[in-house]
Amino acid sequence: MNIASPPQGLTAKDYASDQEVRWCPGCGDYAILKAVQKTLAELRAVPEQTVFVSGIGCAARFPYYLATYGFHTIHGRAPAIATGIKLAKPELDVWVVSGDGDALSIGGNHLLHLLRRNIDLQFLLFNNEIYGLTKGQYSPTSRAGTRSPSTPLGSLDAPLSAALLALGAGGRFVARGVDTAQKLLPEILKRAHAHRGTSFVEILQNCIVYNDNVFGHITDREVAADAQIHLQHGEPLVFGKDRHKGLRLKPGSLRLEAVTLGENGVSAADLLVHDETSRPLAGLLAAMEPPALPVALGVLYCEPAPSYDQQVHDQMRSAQPNGRNRDLNGLLRRGHTWTVGG
Amino acid sequence: MDGSAAPKDAGQARRRVESAVVRFAGDSGDGMQITGGQFTLATALAGNDLATFPDFPAEIRAPAGTTFGVSAFQINFGAREVKTSGDELDVLVAMNPAALKVNLDDINPGGLIVVDTGSFNDKNLRKAGYESNPLGGKDLAAFRVLPIDMSRLTLEAVKDLGLSKKDALRCKNMWALGLIFWMFGRDREVAINWLSAKFAKRPEVAQANVAALNAGHAFGETAELPDDVSSYLVPPADIAPGLYRNVSGTEAMAWGLVAGAQFAGLDLNFCSYPITPASQVLHILSGLKDFGVLTFQAEDEIAAICAAIGASYAGNMGVTSSSGPGIALKTEALGLAITAELPLVVINSQRAGPSTGMPTKTEQSDLYQAVFGRNGDSPIVVLAARSPSDCFEVAIESVRLATKYMTPVMVLSDGYIANASEPWIIPDVDFLPRFPAPFRTDPKNFTPFQRDPATLARPWAVPGTPGLEHRIGGLEKADGSGHVSYDPANHQQMTDLRTKKIAGIAGDLPEQTIELGEAGGRLVVVGWGSTYGPISRAVGNLLAQGYQVAHVHLRHISPLPANLEKLLGGFEQILVPEMNNGQLLTILRNNFLLPAKGLNKVTGKPFMIAEIERAIRDQLESGQ
Repeated sequence: MNIASPPQGLTAKDYASDQEVRWCPGCGDYAILKAVQKTLAELRAVPEQTVFVSGIGCAARFPYYLATYGFHTIHGRAPAIATGIKLAKPELDVWVVSGDGDALSIGGNHLLHLLRRNIDLQFLLFNNEIYGLTKGQYSPTSRAGTRSPSTPLGSLDAPLSAALLALGAGGRFVARGVDTAQKLLPEILKRAHAHRGTSFVEILQNCIVYNDNVFGHITDREVAADAQIHLQHGEPLVFGKDRHKGLRLKPGSLRLEAVTLGENGVSAADLLVHDETSRPLAGLLAAMEPPALPVALGVLYCEPAPSYDQQVHDQMRSAQPNGRNRDLNGLLRRGHTWTVGG
Repeated sequence: MDGSAAPKDAGQARRRVESAVVRFAGDSGDGMQITGGQFTLATALAGNDLATFPDFPAEIRAPAGTTFGVSAFQINFGAREVKTSGDELDVLVAMNPAALKVNLDDINPGGLIVVDTGSFNDKNLRKAGYESNPLGGKDLAAFRVLPIDMSRLTLEAVKDLGLSKKDALRCKNMWALGLIFWMFGRDREVAINWLSAKFAKRPEVAQANVAALNAGHAFGETAELPDDVSSYLVPPADIAPGLYRNVSGTEAMAWGLVAGAQFAGLDLNFCSYPITPASQVLHILSGLKDFGVLTFQAEDEIAAICAAIGASYAGNMGVTSSSGPGIALKTEALGLAITAELPLVVINSQRAGPSTGMPTKTEQSDLYQAVFGRNGDSPIVVLAARSPSDCFEVAIESVRLATKYMTPVMVLSDGYIANASEPWIIPDVDFLPRFPAPFRTDPKNFTPFQRDPATLARPWAVPGTPGLEHRIGGLEKADGSGHVSYDPANHQQMTDLRTKKIAGIAGDLPEQTIELGEAGGRLVVVGWGSTYGPISRAVGNLLAQGYQVAHVHLRHISPLPANLEKLLGGFEQILVPEMNNGQLLTILRNNFLLPAKGLNKVTGKPFMIAEIERAIRDQLESGQ
């Protein structure tokens, strides 16, 4: 183990590398980078113990802009490389940065198994519902009908819900944020960092060039309050400009419905209370979409379980009750041997 | 039972032979691998040199009695050095009709076939595709046939032990082993001890197996066998003194990786995805957690190499392992390890391709893939093991080169080497050189792509080291700083540096030697990998007959040894036998513009010695 003492007085700027940031002006990635640098400062992250790993895509440039260790790898494989890093050196603080194409298309298999194994790292999925780096083709999260250079008459295949996939794959921490929500995002990232196991954070991110305003119906100032619900564990599921709306189970079914307090006899006691340890509830919240229901932001699900990397090393230690066996000669002489005289 | 009659051969000498090839063949459920393994141990103890090869069916549980369910184990043993598992069989033990049918073509004319007639019933004959019973027929006329109802004799031998008929019949492999023990004068003690230990919890089963073994042995001693069936003496070989064990290529590879990592002072992280015939390396290493070996069964081939790259990035020895189709999947990630200049070992246990090919059959057809198979100019180190025990040294060498030069190394083994085994004089590792990995810790003037002027390796700077924080990746990097660079001159420079770094390793390799024969003769046979055994024997035989031939066998294929061009250029003719369509041949011609000729075979089976001898003679006679 090689744990240095946390640095004193590092600010968000101290976590920025000397490299010029090269995303398109106005890209949502700038806001996320700012939120991550702020989070690292607030966490007093030790730069040499921190590793950012990415695959390919606009988001994958992220590690270059942080003054930590960074590995910009190949398309879709960041979860696998991060798994290797974490298995080798579990004490490292590993963050994976990915996009909807990288994580859910070419790298879908690795994300599935990362979540299933519950490797102890933070996984940030920048979801802009489009392929940016390859110039605007539709992605696995693009809504059906998306017109793009490869789908001039509109895309046909149904989009994937990143949060539902994470829950289905056995993820133990699933959260959702928005690039420009600069108060909310660092709070989510700190929760993700505190969680032991894979912390999956979907960040709705605007691609100003190829998919501008795709989340406008959720994030625009005039609709945001009614189109978003900010989850707090143990608090009633309330939203709306005047916090007069809420979520309850539709009577007689396992569906959520949005209700207005004071209408049709609905009172605060009828509303669901957020329980972030409930996977079924997390599934219902993850699936919510406007206009019928608000988009759930914050921590949808958090129910820790042992991480694979921790268990691997526990198993290794239990196999070495007397310390590491270095007796190679003994190893080569295990089993049947014989001597030829001379 | 023992001693109830005077042994038949008590008064007569055993027939002395220099070597013999025996194959035990039966149904998958007949225990042929165990039988062969026990015969191997007894043969090693008797002082013969030997080589073995198991031949399993591809099917996990093929229907009993079918030809595709036949499992076999072959051993070649002798009074002189044994270099292959044998061209043709002297003795075939066939436990059912299917085993006879699939192995008939491999028997020496005049060879001995021992069959269990108890299994030659209508049902089994039909399953094997025989329209009539071949015993006594013209198909077997060229051979000596010893028909014995082993099934019935086994049942008789164990009848007092209270086993079910099914369990009792499962002892018939030991009956057969007993008979072959008698035939070659083997000691039964080790097999008896092994059976007692294996079935310690079921003593009646242990007793039954021992009884069957003894009964088979006694049968040989007492039965009136045909005149052309006798017992043999294969005198001990002149073997170097020392402590020996039997080792398979898989074992030697796994242990070599453990040793290599220990010599480098690194934790071994072995990340793999199961594939035939490579999976056994993962199995063995997963049992060595006490040595600090961390194994990871990844979700696919790509994840396996990526996790290994991650491990190396973090400062451990990342190793991945696969066979041809899996290596193909790892290709892109291999490119990342090349450009990020990270140590990595990739084991390729080759099998017959392309695509899925013949997973259980051996081939050497991934040489192009190893040397060239990536996008971009992307050289790596390529090593090849020549025999099961050679895997130990090659695995150690792969770790040495990967860490010293910050490069991926591909180690080529194959299905034959992985599964075959041979006696191995166990090295004392205390006398093997250490090569501690050089981690960078000094932050002063650090940049991630500054290079050691001697090796051209970049520093290994791993996360956790204060002051060395840096960012690297698959994009082209500026020489020195490692920053992303699209500068044309820099890309030329970096491409040249990556090429020079690998080429320069030639200066760190031992000079290529001649295995057999002398420099500057009429013909040199150049091989790599598992063709070592048959080439060596073929060249040895022809040298003994006065031919001017030599054998050169390559361990280092990329880069090639520095003196190889001169060495090969001194011969009039060059013959390159390979279990592919001429891949090393291309590389030698391309590098040296030498007029080499190929001898190529892709049947899924190793070369026979005779095939190579014939090719050498033909080429010498054709004179060109």
